Amino acid sequence: MPTLYESLGGEAAVNAAVDIFYRKMLSDDRVAGFFDTVDMDKQAAKQKAFLTMVFGGPANYSGKDMRAAHSHLVARGLDDRHVDIVIEHLGGTLAELGVAPDLIAQVAALANSVRDDVLSRAKGGAATGT
Amino acid sequence: MVAVRRGDVTATLAAGESVLDGLARHGVTLPSSCRAGACQSCLVRAVAGTPPPAAQQGLREGLRRQGYFLACCARPQEDLELAEGDADLDVEATVTVLDRLAPDVVRVGLRPARSLGHRAGQFVTVTPPGGPSRAYSIASASDAPELELHVRAIPGGAVSGWLAERARVGDRVTLRGPAGECFYVAGRAEQPLLLAGTGTGIAPLFGLLQDALREGHRGRIVVVHGSVAREGQYLETSLAALAAAHAQLEVHHAVLQGEPGCAPGAHARCSVWGGSIASVVASVVPSPKGFNITLCGDPSVVAGMRRALFLAGAALTEIRADAFLPSAA
Ligand SMILES: Cc1cc2nc3c(=O)[nH]c(=O)nc-3n(C[C@H](O)[C@H](O)[C@H](O)COP(=O)(O)OP(=O)(O)OC[C@H]3O[C@@H](n4cnc5c(N)ncnc54)[C@H](O)[C@@H]3O)c2cc1C
Ligand code: FES
Repeated sequence: MPTLYESLGGEAAVNAAVDIFYRKMLSDDRVAGFFDTVDMDKQAAKQKAFLTMVFGGPANYSGKDMRAAHSHLVARGLDDRHVDIVIEHLGGTLAELGVAPDLIAQVAALANSVRDDVLSRAKGGAATGT
Repeated sequence: MVAVRRGDVTATLAAGESVLDGLARHGVTLPSSCRAGACQSCLVRAVAGTPPPAAQQGLREGLRRQGYFLACCARPQEDLELAEGDADLDVEATVTVLDRLAPDVVRVGLRPARSLGHRAGQFVTVTPPGGPSRAYSIASASDAPELELHVRAIPGGAVSGWLAERARVGDRVTLRGPAGECFYVAGRAEQPLLLAGTGTGIAPLFGLLQDALREGHRGRIVVVHGSVAREGQYLETSLAALAAAHAQLEVHHAVLQGEPGCAPGAHARCSVWGGSIASVVASVVPSPKGFNITLCGDPSVVAGMRRALFLAGAALTEIRADAFLPSAA
């Protein structure tokens, strides 16, 4: 059976999704403030790594990396609502690319599974630290 | 603790400190200008140890393989030993032309002692005798025997001031490079091109444009030059001559302090607009999807246009930019 990543179309699918996804995030005032637009190439590379991960692709992101990469955003107010918006745009991007709803649901579930790491808290629990 | 050795000096880097700053703290001042990875003035070579990949971004493959990296953005994970002096990268050049294109823009002609293998629109770093290094973009076509640079004279500027006031034809400077991605890539002759730059940011675009026309680019070519005042449109005559000869080319002059609206320019396909370059770009290319885009000049204007064009539908991979970052003391 093909993996989720293969079903979605592998790296070509990630490349097609990066621009659409990143454009949706930057166009949305509720989350745009979290993105540095001075170095857009670096940002796009981060989006690509994120999409590869939630597409079930070759993982080069660990939970520890996810924490480290987002802790400064958590300090700036990143919370569950923002993660919901990200998952919403992820779904919108995939729908635009014609991906079937059951695959979109699998991607959303993968994205949801790193929520606690992104928000720097214990699995399924409350925020740690300050 | 990571140590960086160069000659007799060993610098132990503090957490998060760059190789450039660490060596400076130990009395070794390497050339530098932007301190942000944009100008390549701080290029150095590791003879032992692996330089961090982030400090090799934007370097030619050959340089990377030889261990070259940018000291201003290198925060290495392991000890490094640096070569002292890299004269083999330097190319001597003779100043052949110095004239004014506008009250504050100097045209500088340079004849390098050997070919740099550059493409029009790339940049070189220029070091006057005993002076610091600064990046300048190439405005002449790729096959021209001499390099033409357009340098905005900044009062008190170490290098632009020297070129504008003290340099003489026949003087020698040292060049390094070329570097940068803002050049014409043949192979997609029908693709529409958008070339937008502020101030002397038109220089690399003018070089790229000449290459595109010479290579027979057939798609629409939209040039937008932004300046604060009308006299900043220093390439108006040259651009009008190209527009007269090439039906696919249109030229828009965006004058920040100009009368709002759009007036005819020096040729039927040239027009003069009052307003910011970003607003003119949005008017003349409302849907940039499918365009190949090159942006040069003022860093914040370039960043703003890049974002706006991306949000309006341009693919990130189709946008190249050179932000003319000033030197950071
Ligand atoms: C990739 C790249 C390409 C470039 N291409 C060109 C080019 O084609 N033509 C060109 O003219 N320049 C270009 N520049 C800018 C150029 O490298 C120098 O930064 C610029 O000429 C100033 O150097 P300077 O030694 O004369 O002034 P410095 O001695 O570095 O600065 C003197 C003073 O002027 C201030 N200053 C510096 N720049 C500006 C500015 N733009 N406006 C107002 N104040 C300023 C400085 O903060 C400082 O206080 C490019 C820069 C980069 C990174
Ligand atoms: S690239 Fe290092 S100083 Fe400009």
